[in-house]
Amino acid sequence: MLLIQCPYCGLRPELEFAYAGQAHVARPADPSATTPDQWTEFLYLRDNTRGIHAERWRHVRGCARFFNALRDTTTDQFLATYRAGESMPVLQQAGQKP
Amino acid sequence: MSGRRIQQGGRVDRSRAIRFTFDGKGYSGFAGDTLASALLANGVQVFGRSFKYHRPRGVIAAGSEEPNALVTVMRDEARCTPNLRATQVELYDGLVARSQNRWPSLDFDVQAVNDLLSPLLPSAFYYKTFMWPRAAWHKLYEPVIRRAAGLGESPTLPDPDRYSQRFAHCDVLVVGAGPAGLAAALTASASGARVMLCDEQPEFGGSLLDEPAATIDGATTADWIRDSMATLRSRANVTLLTRTTAFGYFPHNLIGLNERITEHLPAPAADMPRERLWQVRAARVLIAAGSIERPLVFPGNDRPGVMLASAARTYLHRYGVAVGQNVVLVTGSDAAYAAALDLHAAGVRVALIADVRADATGAPLDLARQAGIEVVTGATVLGTRGRLGVREVTIGVLARGTVNDTRRVKCDALLLSGGYTPSVHLFSQSRGKLEFNEARQAFLPSVSAEPESSAGSCRGIDGYTQVLNDGARVGAASALAAGYSVAAPEYRVQALEFGMHGLPGVLPQASPLQPARAFVDFQNDVTSKDLALAMREGFESVEHIKRYTTTGMATDQGKTSNMNALAFVAGELGRTIPKVGLTTFRMPYTPVTFGIFAGYDRGDLFDPVRTTSMHDWAVQQGAVFEDVGQWKRARYFPRSGEDMHAAVDRECKAVRTGVGMFDASTLGTIEVVGPDAATFLSRLYVNGFSTLAVGRSRYGILLRDDGFIYDDGVIARIAGERFHVTTTTGGAARVFGMMEDYLQTEWPDLRCWLTSTTEQWAVIAVQGPRARDVLAPLVSDVDLSAAALPHLGVTQGRICGVPMRLFRMSFTGELGYEVNVPADYGLAVWEAIHAAGQPHGITPYGTETMHVLRAEKGYIIVGQETDGTVTPDDAGLGWAIAKSKPDFVGKRSLARETMHAPDRKQLVGLLTVDPKVVLEEGAQIVATPGQHAPMKMIGHVTSSYHSAVLGRSIALALLRGGRARIGETLYVPMPGGEIAVQVTATVFYDVEGARLHG
Ligand SMILES: [Zn+2]
Repeated sequence: MLLIQCPYCGLRPELEFAYAGQAHVARPADPSATTPDQWTEFLYLRDNTRGIHAERWRHVRGCARFFNALRDTTTDQFLATYRAGESMPVLQQAGQKP
Repeated sequence: MSGRRIQQGGRVDRSRAIRFTFDGKGYSGFAGDTLASALLANGVQVFGRSFKYHRPRGVIAAGSEEPNALVTVMRDEARCTPNLRATQVELYDGLVARSQNRWPSLDFDVQAVNDLLSPLLPSAFYYKTFMWPRAAWHKLYEPVIRRAAGLGESPTLPDPDRYSQRFAHCDVLVVGAGPAGLAAALTASASGARVMLCDEQPEFGGSLLDEPAATIDGATTADWIRDSMATLRSRANVTLLTRTTAFGYFPHNLIGLNERITEHLPAPAADMPRERLWQVRAARVLIAAGSIERPLVFPGNDRPGVMLASAARTYLHRYGVAVGQNVVLVTGSDAAYAAALDLHAAGVRVALIADVRADATGAPLDLARQAGIEVVTGATVLGTRGRLGVREVTIGVLARGTVNDTRRVKCDALLLSGGYTPSVHLFSQSRGKLEFNEARQAFLPSVSAEPESSAGSCRGIDGYTQVLNDGARVGAASALAAGYSVAAPEYRVQALEFGMHGLPGVLPQASPLQPARAFVDFQNDVTSKDLALAMREGFESVEHIKRYTTTGMATDQGKTSNMNALAFVAGELGRTIPKVGLTTFRMPYTPVTFGIFAGYDRGDLFDPVRTTSMHDWAVQQGAVFEDVGQWKRARYFPRSGEDMHAAVDRECKAVRTGVGMFDASTLGTIEVVGPDAATFLSRLYVNGFSTLAVGRSRYGILLRDDGFIYDDGVIARIAGERFHVTTTTGGAARVFGMMEDYLQTEWPDLRCWLTSTTEQWAVIAVQGPRARDVLAPLVSDVDLSAAALPHLGVTQGRICGVPMRLFRMSFTGELGYEVNVPADYGLAVWEAIHAAGQPHGITPYGTETMHVLRAEKGYIIVGQETDGTVTPDDAGLGWAIAKSKPDFVGKRSLARETMHAPDRKQLVGLLTVDPKVVLEEGAQIVATPGQHAPMKMIGHVTSSYHSAVLGRSIALALLRGGRARIGETLYVPMPGGEIAVQVTATVFYDVEGARLHG
């Protein structure tokens, strides 16, 4: 069971969290203006990253807030967590911990 | 008879005799014995039959690494635990144990014929033989294999025991309480750090318990252990756990411990849990797991009486048991000489030490020879004899590929040592990197992945002085890393010890083709020939060889066999051991009962049960309940003599002709509040809400962005900035989550707040032509007239003096209200309505009646008429979509071409030609009769009931191009024949909808 740093509450066990898919997939501001391909990509296509993956988590059994995380999918280690709306932090070097 | 209890020594309590049975025969042991030590003391050598060949097998080890001596311990019919290692089963008075894999008896096993057939049972035999024909697998092969190859039998009764679970945090968790672990715990805890120390054995001390003659700083090991434990017990910052296995290493230093609490007690108190799962989150983990001696691989190395040299020493010193009276040792390590000298000193005849190392020399050999023990170097073992126990071993001296000086030596126990394998299981589980150490011929911990350290022989440290000092130093370093400071003490140990190095692998033979088999993995019956065959068949990866031959895949996970298998494979492939690589270690270290994972979550506690305020009333009325998610909902209220059909007919008629009442409290309720609440709901739902007047409500449909129906419900505007949103019972949590997701992450600028209020409201639906008459005398501050409160009107007032939100709404098609009161008043208001309704014949009804009534009206139920691929238009709900809105969730997807294909499945009604026939929900629909399978299926039945008011059956269905097929006759093929149906519109009753405006 991982420990996850909620940007609002601090370090909490994985039991309190729910995974919520890839991060930074913004809903188009005007969906009607998108082409079928663009809309399909937004709806269905997601990265399958080996390495650092930006993803959403929700502290559903805590503050209930959604936030973003950088996780290394090869080690399961969380490299950073940050609030929704904040830009993706730049990691100093691969494998660095928050 | 081979083993026996010697006159003195050991840590058993000779004043307390313990009676027990093994395979129905009574024996006696002492308090402190294991089942293995007690049986050995009674001269028992055969403990079980092997997995594949049913060869008689004895005990090899003295600890948790034991591969052979698996037993079933029976307390009663329900408390029957298979596959326990006899070396870990503590003796208690009345213990009943059985051997496994034998039929009819241990000494005579019918299936030992497998052994004679062994040329036909090579590796991957199961894969190769049982592939065809398929039917034979189920009828013939599988039952036979299961009977023949089982590992014990599970009890069939429910487990009556209780299991406990605990979370714990500490600064330093020390795994293993041998010399390194004890020194580490003593040092770390002296710093003030919170220390937990666990060990799988019933007493702390590890290998020191086998060293009665050794001294630590001048004290005997027994005294030193006693004093150390007293010190640890006196420290409030120390938690000590015996009989506790660290079975799994999980991310971020979470360690799973399995504590066995009552297994060793003859009559456990009823209120004690049998086992406990500890989930320990440690700042630092200190692994002091020790090391395990390896057997040697040679023909006939699996006979009962063949045993690890270290185990013989443990049985001697800890249990006072000599494993034989005339023993031979075969060794590739100096370590075995300590066992030989100790056995010799205890009066056991040591017939020969066959040292396989041609260049073996030095103190251990000198000491043995001085004691009068014959030592042969450069030896190899050509074979063993003895049907139910080793009686003779054939030794030769191997030089330049030829064997000389072959001779047979009589013995009743054959003790092996191939050196020690460091126990890196937990370290490897933590994803730490292992590195092969050439000098020690072992994989040792290298780069950590978690905040942990290894100490002592599990990281290749040799010698008691060095191990103790390593434990102390790593203990101090671990405490320091957790924020505590302490100096490590220095220990000085005097013991009979010669080093643990050895040589893994298969003993060299003169001829590569030996008739007898040399076993590498005892528990899965894998021989060196099996490994060689796998390599001849092209398997080179150690992971593939493992799976093909099943070496290392038994319940012991190859604790005694992996290194031997690896060395053999490396040798055959002409590669180095690190080039071949190690297979992955996985949890659990030793098997763990499922009970601790279930813990308290059994029976009533398996899943929470949600009940409404009116639940007990419904129970008293004899309601039949159904589960909807975690909710208990009254399905129908049968009167005496009624079956479901009769009760539902009566309830339906009451609602259609008089009045009924229904508990709708389980529907999800979400309060949406804020200046932007209307905007928020308009963006989410397909409907418009900005134009919804205060005091009005609307049927809302929620899609996902893929355009398919996700949920529905009624949304009421209570005030300008306050909405009361209802969801389906099952969808409440996920709709709330979806709303939060969009609000938090897509539209964080909206000033809008969401509160789940499902459990705050009790909701009583009062439905039927007489509904107004029932409620009128109970309400105040409310005008119930159709003009003041029309269909879909909402008002606030009081009922029975209780604050109320009153919805004029109908899921039945009749005049209807939904009374929302605070949940605490739910039962009182329900009873008041029920009493006030008596003159009107008010009838409580359940979900089944609700389903029928809504189906008569063609109202959908999300999840029944929809399956995640249904659009509003498919469901006939296109009218609900606000066309003028620039966007809502799902709008863009609805514009996709495929969403308008004329052959999409659309919701229609079905009427069976025979009105008495009620279709099966889920049944498929075909266009023409008489088709042969596979038929062309064009739709399926989603809802089907008998309608009391119509006096016939009705059904809803999703049908390809359904609306264009209205009027057609189609067919529902069933096992009993085809059922002809007519396609209709979805509304069966009161098509013009006049009744709900009454
Ligand atoms: Zn939080």
